[in-house]
Amino acid sequence: MNKNLKHENKRVNTGIHFMLGNYAAVEGALAAGCDFFAGYPITPANEISELMSKRLPEVGGIFVQGEDELFSIYSIIGASLAGAKVMTATASAGFNYMQEGIGYASAVEVPCVIIDVQRCRGENFATQADVMQMRWGASGDYESIVLAPSSAQELFDFTVLAFNLAEEFRNPVIVMSETTIALMRERIEIPEKENIEIYKRKYTSLTPEEYLPFKAKSNSPPEFAPIGKGYHTLYTLNYHNEDGTIDWDAQGYKKLYQRITGKISENKDKICKTESYFLDDADAAIIAYGSEVRPALDAIEMARNDGIKIGMLKLITVWPIHENLIKEIAKNVRRVFAVEMNIGKYAKEIERICLPFCPVSHITKNEGIIHTKEEIYKVVKEKLS
Amino acid sequence: MKEKINPLRKYIRNGKLPHFFCPGCGCGQILNYFLRAVDDLQLDFEKIITIGGVGCTARIPVYLNTDSFHGVHGRTLAWATGIKTYQPDLRVVIFAGDGDLVSIGGNHFLHAARRNLDVTVILVNNFNFAMTGGQVAPTTLLDSVTMTTPFGSREKPFDICKLAICAGATYVARWSTAKPIQTVKSIKKALQHKGFSLVEILSQCPTNFGRYALRTGDPQKVLEWIEEKSIAKTKAEKSSEDELKNKFILGEFTHKKQPVFQGTSLFEEGNH
Repeated sequence: MNKNLKHENKRVNTGIHFMLGNYAAVEGALAAGCDFFAGYPITPANEISELMSKRLPEVGGIFVQGEDELFSIYSIIGASLAGAKVMTATASAGFNYMQEGIGYASAVEVPCVIIDVQRCRGENFATQADVMQMRWGASGDYESIVLAPSSAQELFDFTVLAFNLAEEFRNPVIVMSETTIALMRERIEIPEKENIEIYKRKYTSLTPEEYLPFKAKSNSPPEFAPIGKGYHTLYTLNYHNEDGTIDWDAQGYKKLYQRITGKISENKDKICKTESYFLDDADAAIIAYGSEVRPALDAIEMARNDGIKIGMLKLITVWPIHENLIKEIAKNVRRVFAVEMNIGKYAKEIERICLPFCPVSHITKNEGIIHTKEEIYKVVKEKLS
Repeated sequence: MKEKINPLRKYIRNGKLPHFFCPGCGCGQILNYFLRAVDDLQLDFEKIITIGGVGCTARIPVYLNTDSFHGVHGRTLAWATGIKTYQPDLRVVIFAGDGDLVSIGGNHFLHAARRNLDVTVILVNNFNFAMTGGQVAPTTLLDSVTMTTPFGSREKPFDICKLAICAGATYVARWSTAKPIQTVKSIKKALQHKGFSLVEILSQCPTNFGRYALRTGDPQKVLEWIEEKSIAKTKAEKSSEDELKNKFILGEFTHKKQPVFQGTSLFEEGNH
């Protein structure tokens, strides 16, 4: 626990770098204050563990390579409840194993950051096939916060953001990375430490006698108590009432999960982040996320050169979905294009929101390789002419 | 007349008794043994973190007035690694059943022992999956009838203490609920030990193992069965392999000092 405080100044690697996407995520985690990381070898996420094993101990943090991904997720949960800012990283197959722990972390409201570098089943080719698993991969009721970077820079930025959201909402936050960006080197700029916004975990000001570990306002997370200080908190997966006790009560159960899901779904406007490109005068819109926003933006440039008024909504937050904004766009365009690198999964969610207002075309590619701008533009042109 | 209060009552969460263990179950006794050890040593109870996974034994921490983790099957040692490496001053105690520890949690068990993680594991071995209704476990003796071995178990059971020693545990002992003095003594040693400590306690499950495997729901008879099969380590050392067949060896098996786990990668000044 910050044993090497004198090396704390090594935390933020301020400057301009030509950096691997996976390394950028590590730098983001360190800048955000990560001080416990656990991982298990898996391609294409290995560089995250490798750099962490060097950088984290240098700044006084703990690095553990565990026996499997279940170890990774539960050890970060244990460390988080012990007061650490925690992260693990894996790739699709390893992300499967972590679902169990994500369910526990959601139920007990544990801040933690998970990076999933998506890969094709058994192969390291590019894909966005885990996008639905990101949301409800674990059993039981919960809501996820999932961020989709599209560059090495965003792997840095969104990892910082992921830590802040995890601490603010006491929820697992997933950075949905991809082979495309994780294994690419790009220019990134890491700001000065003072210019990086950090959300500090809220601890209770109540005494152990007054404190109820799971008492919170509706749609809000409860405040933490430190462990080992006499607060005697029970963190159980089972239904727990406000004082943390296992105590089956149907109405209490309903209320607990209303709050656990409500703290995300009712704060969508605060959580959801998007970027709009050329939407002001657009009569058609692409909705894309992750690395697919890059060819999509290039395709828009091609379309604009041909006089087609199309714009793009880039989803930074994939879950929760920014339903109101997508609805507004659907009302104002004649067609929406859902671009993604899988069999067309998130497209169905976009359809659900847009279909009452406009048709939706899927532009999907499931070949282990990112779309080219021409491939996207071809469909856009065909459908709009 | 003033109501007499058990001196160990102060370690139990307010309003949480009676516990949910079956009448005659060993878990209540083991809860008691643990608290006696803590009380005898006058440990700072605030600094003890207790962990239970899923199962009957895993419920013990739920009653303790500590910061506790509960409710996920087999992952106790993974939680413990996060807590203990981040806050080494806390004392982490795990209560696990045989299924929790060496079936679903087997891999974590081997690796935590290998790393010599500084935690205490109190293993309650009742020879079956009890909370789910009495299915075969990796500790069930050959030929035993359980709910999933209606014709008798065909698998050889684990000797968990041997397993722990092979993996690298640095304090290992086995007793039964019928040996309270020795058990408390070993728990005390385990709590004071720096490194991976395991105290296996053979325990009676009258409701499931008793009824299906031994054809008795009488806790005393189940305990007598354990007693009949138990043999002291000193005596076992002079016994033949045949004489030790289907016997439980009781005693302290290892107690040694070794460096404890602090993380996979440790930064040292001038060494990088």
